[in-house]
Amino acid sequence: MSEILVENKTVVIPGEILAKGMDYLPGENTYREGEQIFSKSVGLTSISGRVIKVTSLSGPYKPKDGDKIICKVFDITLSGWRLKTNTAYNAMLNVKDATRRFVRKDEDLTKIIDVNDYIVAKVIRVTSQKLIDLSMNDPDLFKINGGRIIKINSQKVPRVIGKQGSMVSMIKKFTNCDITVGQNGLIFVRKRDNGNECLAEKAIKLVEKEAHIGGLTERVETFLKSETNQ
Amino acid sequence: MINNTKTIIQLASEGKRLDNRGLLDYRQPIKIETSISKSAEGSAKVTIGDTVVLAGVKMSLEKPYSDSPNEGGIMVNAELIPLSSSEYEPGPPGIKAVELARVTDRGIRESHAIDFKKLCIEKGEKAWFVIIDIVPLNDAGNLFDAAGLAALAALKETRLRPIDEKTGAVDYKGTTDTPLPLLKETLSVTVGKVGNHLMVDPTVEEESSFSARLTVATDKTGTISALQKGGDEPMTIEEVGQIVDIALDKAKFLRSIMDECFKNKK
Amino acid sequence: MAYEKRLDGRKINETRPMEAKAGVIPNADGSAFFKIGATAAYAAVYGPKEMVPRFLQDPKEGQIRCHYNMLPFSGSGERIRPGNKRRSQEISMVLKAALKPVVDLTDFPNSVVDIHVEFPQTDAGSRCAAVCAASIALADAGIPMKDMISSIAVGQVDGTVVADLNYNEEAYDAIVSDIPVAMTNNSKQITLLQMDGEISKEDLMTSLEMAKEVCEEIYIVQKNALKDKYKLPEGFVAKKPKTNVEKSNDKVTEEKSKPETESSNEKSKEDKEKQ
Repeated sequence: MSEILVENKTVVIPGEILAKGMDYLPGENTYREGEQIFSKSVGLTSISGRVIKVTSLSGPYKPKDGDKIICKVFDITLSGWRLKTNTAYNAMLNVKDATRRFVRKDEDLTKIIDVNDYIVAKVIRVTSQKLIDLSMNDPDLFKINGGRIIKINSQKVPRVIGKQGSMVSMIKKFTNCDITVGQNGLIFVRKRDNGNECLAEKAIKLVEKEAHIGGLTERVETFLKSETNQ
Repeated sequence: MINNTKTIIQLASEGKRLDNRGLLDYRQPIKIETSISKSAEGSAKVTIGDTVVLAGVKMSLEKPYSDSPNEGGIMVNAELIPLSSSEYEPGPPGIKAVELARVTDRGIRESHAIDFKKLCIEKGEKAWFVIIDIVPLNDAGNLFDAAGLAALAALKETRLRPIDEKTGAVDYKGTTDTPLPLLKETLSVTVGKVGNHLMVDPTVEEESSFSARLTVATDKTGTISALQKGGDEPMTIEEVGQIVDIALDKAKFLRSIMDECFKNKK
Repeated sequence: MAYEKRLDGRKINETRPMEAKAGVIPNADGSAFFKIGATAAYAAVYGPKEMVPRFLQDPKEGQIRCHYNMLPFSGSGERIRPGNKRRSQEISMVLKAALKPVVDLTDFPNSVVDIHVEFPQTDAGSRCAAVCAASIALADAGIPMKDMISSIAVGQVDGTVVADLNYNEEAYDAIVSDIPVAMTNNSKQITLLQMDGEISKEDLMTSLEMAKEVCEEIYIVQKNALKDKYKLPEGFVAKKPKTNVEKSNDKVTEEKSKPETESSNEKSKEDKEKQ
């Protein structure tokens, strides 16, 4: 007989038994051994139909095609830039993917993007060995100037963004800041006139800390309202 | 990999910081806990914001140096263990650890904070030597000030071990009530220069934006017992004067936290 | 049998008091504090990160590295001179072997996960405490793991099989054996096994059975440490929106008056630690 041994949305740890029997299927961050399904991570259980998965509460970012990430240039080669991605892997941005304008063969690439600059870029290719190619050929991708970069656990990124971007929009509205959330856990915050970067940072950290507790949107809204005297 | 240098310099010119602190504010909380290691003769854990530093004192009996046959001695060692930051690698202490140890050492030694004569057991033969080991648990910046506080708290809490009468060796299982003969309590305050502005208690990001820094160790009376200038840029005599003023004021603040900690203990 | 009553009065299969906490080192990707009796370990996990030097990279899967170190003031006698000694090198190696079977880094080729364990104080059983702390820290870092690893030293003191020997028992003036064991939680497979001293095969088997029972208790401490990190704050009811809003209001006012928040946070932390 098959049965689920944990409640939905509870915290489990690696090796914890989630379900018994062959009627259930192991989803993300779980594995089957014999008749049983176990967790492979500290996370929240999520049961939908016959699939049981665990949403990690911490852990490394895994680069995926199409992800928008924030990276830092650490070297420049003949053909482009080498970047740190806040993972175990470095990324490459080719000149042709960096800008739409024509770049002369002998042009000084540091004039376009310099070492130690941060950029918002899109992952266009990831190989099995995690070689990452980036592109900036999209209107919402840019070189970062001013503002601040903050780091959160990449597993909390979906909560910072919220459903259809609702969380990040709310934080932007209350703090009057531009916010770009990288899937790799780096977030760029820059104030507009009279904006409050510090408050935006605090709100983002609040989301990171309490991401696993229900009613998050209301709590963050209450926090922002009281801090901005609204 | 985060480094908001440009913004840090920009904010400093407006008298502001990334975390909304004033340029001369320490992070909160500042905590001093003692007796964090039962195997040490004295130990302390100091927290400043996210920075946590441990200090442990071990006492040993050694032959005094020939130029001071009736005195004990002190040695300070610091290890920047890779547990405390992704920046550190395993291996022998690098220059950063050596500097941290030596600056802490000078603050204590040169102020004659410990009455080394009282540590002598037998002239020319046997005296107590104090060894302080400093390690960060989490390096979130300003290790100098945290190490100074931790070293002082550990010294204040140190109790000598008994000496075995038969063998003349230290009995590390026994305990006594005898404290170290502490004459002075020196504390260090580090002030950094960001652009043309002075700042205390930097985070790691702020530290890497410093063009220069000066660590000032002082005692209760305001006497300076050690200085260490760091960073690649020069500073003016006027700046040194301003920094010492800030350091004296902040040392008073840190001292009040230290006093509070030991008052509660008694 | 001479050793009928244990020196510190514990039952033969009773461990010293244990304490564990996850997420104690903010800089690390995962971390833990684990204390058993007077042996206390901090573990920090950094990674997966790029493995350097490159010739050590494995293109098939990520690797783990362990660094076991006793702080200079953590020994029961004289100060321990810092530096890599044969003892800590060997323990680092068995530590890695103890954890490796449950760690799955196939998604992270060419990378490395560093595990650092440091001791502010010790009283025997430090390698077992290192395994327990490291296992919590790895899970806290979100490293994919098939299971948790728990570890305890068992052994025989003058003919009596006991669990969790302390220093005085290891040094007891009779025939003594000290057997550090680490096991996976679900299948109770052995991932670390060492011994010094003397023991009969029978007593060895009894010891290992005892280790199996005790590891179950240790696992519960490790599990609670990880779950406590995500426990709802006291009085916090997430599902009922009304209480929820009230609570958030309280919170906000607290954060406004900054010094108060810190002291009250302090208190609640201390309370937790006491519990």
